[in-house]
Amino acid sequence: MTATAGAVPRLGRRPNIADRTLTGLTAAATLIILAMLGVVLGDVIVGGWGILSWEFISAAPRDGMTKGGIFPAIFGTVALTLLMTIVAVPAGVATAIYLAEYAPPNSRLARIVQVCIANLAGVPSIVFGLFGLGFFIATVGRAIDVAAFAGQPTYGKPSLIWAALTLSILTLPVVVVSTEEALYAVPRELRDGSLALGATKFQTVTRVVLPQAVGGILTGGILAVSRGAGEVAPIMFTGAAYFLPYLPTHLNDQFMNLGYHVYVLATQSPDVDRTKPLLYGTVLVLLLLTFLLNIVAIVIRARFRRRLA
Amino acid sequence: MTGSAMSDSALAKQGAGRGLAYQSRWLERGAEAIVKLVSLASVASVVLILIFVGKEALPILTSPEVHKELNPAQLFLPYPGAGAMWQPVSDVPKYNIIPLFVGTLKVTVVALVVAVPLSVASAIYVCEFAPRSLREYIKPVIELLAGIPSVVIGFFALIVLATWVQRIFGAEHRLNALVAGFGLAFAICPVIFSVSEDALRAVPSSYRTAAVALGSTPSQTLLRVILPAALPGIAASVVLGFGRAIGETMIVVLASGNAALLDASLGHSTRTVTATIAQELGEVVVGSTHYHVLFALGALLFLSTLVVNIAGERIVFGMRRRLGGGP
Repeated sequence: MTATAGAVPRLGRRPNIADRTLTGLTAAATLIILAMLGVVLGDVIVGGWGILSWEFISAAPRDGMTKGGIFPAIFGTVALTLLMTIVAVPAGVATAIYLAEYAPPNSRLARIVQVCIANLAGVPSIVFGLFGLGFFIATVGRAIDVAAFAGQPTYGKPSLIWAALTLSILTLPVVVVSTEEALYAVPRELRDGSLALGATKFQTVTRVVLPQAVGGILTGGILAVSRGAGEVAPIMFTGAAYFLPYLPTHLNDQFMNLGYHVYVLATQSPDVDRTKPLLYGTVLVLLLLTFLLNIVAIVIRARFRRRLA
Repeated sequence: MTGSAMSDSALAKQGAGRGLAYQSRWLERGAEAIVKLVSLASVASVVLILIFVGKEALPILTSPEVHKELNPAQLFLPYPGAGAMWQPVSDVPKYNIIPLFVGTLKVTVVALVVAVPLSVASAIYVCEFAPRSLREYIKPVIELLAGIPSVVIGFFALIVLATWVQRIFGAEHRLNALVAGFGLAFAICPVIFSVSEDALRAVPSSYRTAAVALGSTPSQTLLRVILPAALPGIAASVVLGFGRAIGETMIVVLASGNAALLDASLGHSTRTVTATIAQELGEVVVGSTHYHVLFALGALLFLSTLVVNIAGERIVFGMRRRLGGGP
C-alpha cells in the first residue's frame, strides 16, 4: 500500500513509456509540419535567390517571357491589392464596429451578419472568380456600358476594378474577424469610463475604443493584403492578363499579376526548362511579399495581445 | 454596448451646450446607420454569389437551347459507347461530371489521410506536451504555413513534390492524384491544426486537474479525458479541412495533371471540379452549354462547401456550449 502510494507522485515526475511515446509521436508530427514550411521556403529561396536582381524587378518580360523581369506583374499586384484594400478595410472595420459596439445583444441582424461572414470565409476562391465574371463583368459592367458607352465594351470586360472588388469580398472576413477580436479585447471599463464622463457613443467609439484596437485593425488589413496579393483563382477571369506591353492606368484596364504570372509560366510555356529560373524568381518575389506581410501582422498581433493582457 | 443610444444622447444633451447636442445627435444616428448599412454588405455578398452563380447554372435545368445539346441527367449518366466521360471540346461534347467529382474526392482523401494525423497530433503536442516556452513559437509558425499563397504550394508540388513522389512511388504519370493530395495537405494542415488546437484548449482545466488528482498519467489524462471531451471539435477540424480541400484550386491545377480519367488509381493523372472551372472558363463561349455546365459545377461546389462549413461550425458551437467555455 505504501509502495503504491509512493509510486503515484513519481509517475507525475518521471513519465512512463506511454507518456514518452505519445510525446515523441506528437512532437514528430509537429516537426513534420514545421519541416513542410521549411522545405517550401528553402526550395523557393535557394531556387530564386540567384535570379533576383534590379533588372528582374524593374524590367518587363522579353522574348516570349523567357527573359527580362517581372515589373509589370509587381505593379499590377500592388495596384490590385491597393484598390482592394481601399474597399475591404473600411467595409470590414465598419462591419466589426457594428457587431462589437452597436448591435444589441442577441441581435438577429448581427447573428445573420456573423453567419454570412463565416460562410464568406469558406467560399472556394474559384467561386469568387465565377461570381466576379457573372456579377461584376456580365451584369454591372455591361449595365454601365449600355448606360454610358452606347453598348461599347468598356467596363463589361475583365478589368482591374472588377478583380479588385471581387478580391475585396474575398478578404472582407479577414478584416472583420481581426478587427472584431481587437474590439472585444478593449476592456469594458474604458467604455464605461468614457460614457460616464459624458462622451457620446460615437465619441467613445472613435476616441476611446478604436485607438485601443488599432493594432488589430492593422493586423487585419495586412493579412487581407497578404491574402489578396497571393490569390489567383478569383482574378483569372476578372482582370488578370497573360502579358501586357503597357501598365494599367485606368480602372478598366487589364493587369499582370505575380500569382497569375506563376500559373502562366508554369502551365502555358512551351519550354519549361527555359522559364524555370524566371518562375523561381517570380515565386520568390511573391512569397517575400506575402510572407513578410504575414510576419509583420503576426508580430503586431502578438505585441498587441500582450499589451492588453 | 453598455447603455442604449437613447440614454447616451440624453447624457450628451445634459453635459454639453445646445449646439453640440444637436450636432452629436445627428452624428450618433448617422454613424450607427452607416456601420449597420455597411455590415449588410457581407449579407448582400453571400446572397449575390448565390444568385449570380445560380443564375448562370440554372439554364442547365430550364433552357431548351441547352437541352438540345445536353439533358440534365447526362451530367451523371454514362454516354453510350463512351462511358462516363468529361470531354466538353469534341465533335460530340460529353459533359459527364462524375470523373471530376471522383478526381476531387481522390485528391481530398489523400490530403486528409496525410494532414489529419499530422495536424491533430501537433495540436495535441502544442496543447499538452510542449514546454511552455516552445508553445508560443510553434503556433504562429504553423499559422505562417497558411500564409503561403496556394499558387506557390502548387508550384512547389509541380516542381519538387512530383519528382519525389515519382522517385518513391514510381507512379505512371508524373503529375497525379498523389502529388496533388500531398500539395493540398500543405494547405489544410494549418486549418485542421488551429481548429483542433482551439478544441483542445476549450476543454476546461478542471477536467485536467481532476484527472491528475485521481492519479492519471499524462497519457491517460489525454486519451481518456481530454480527447473524448475535445472530439467534436477535432471532428469539426476535419470537416473544415475537407471543405477547404474540395475548394482549393491553384494547387490541384498545377499538380494533378488534369486528365479527366475515371479510375481509382492514385498514380494516374486526375482532374478536379475546381481545376476544370479554372482551366476551361477562360476559353469558353459565354452563354454556351459548356459555359453553363461550368457555372453549375461552381454552384455545386459552393453549395457543398456551404453545407460542410455550416456543419463544422455547428459542431464547434455545440461543443463549446456543452463544455461551458467561451462564446
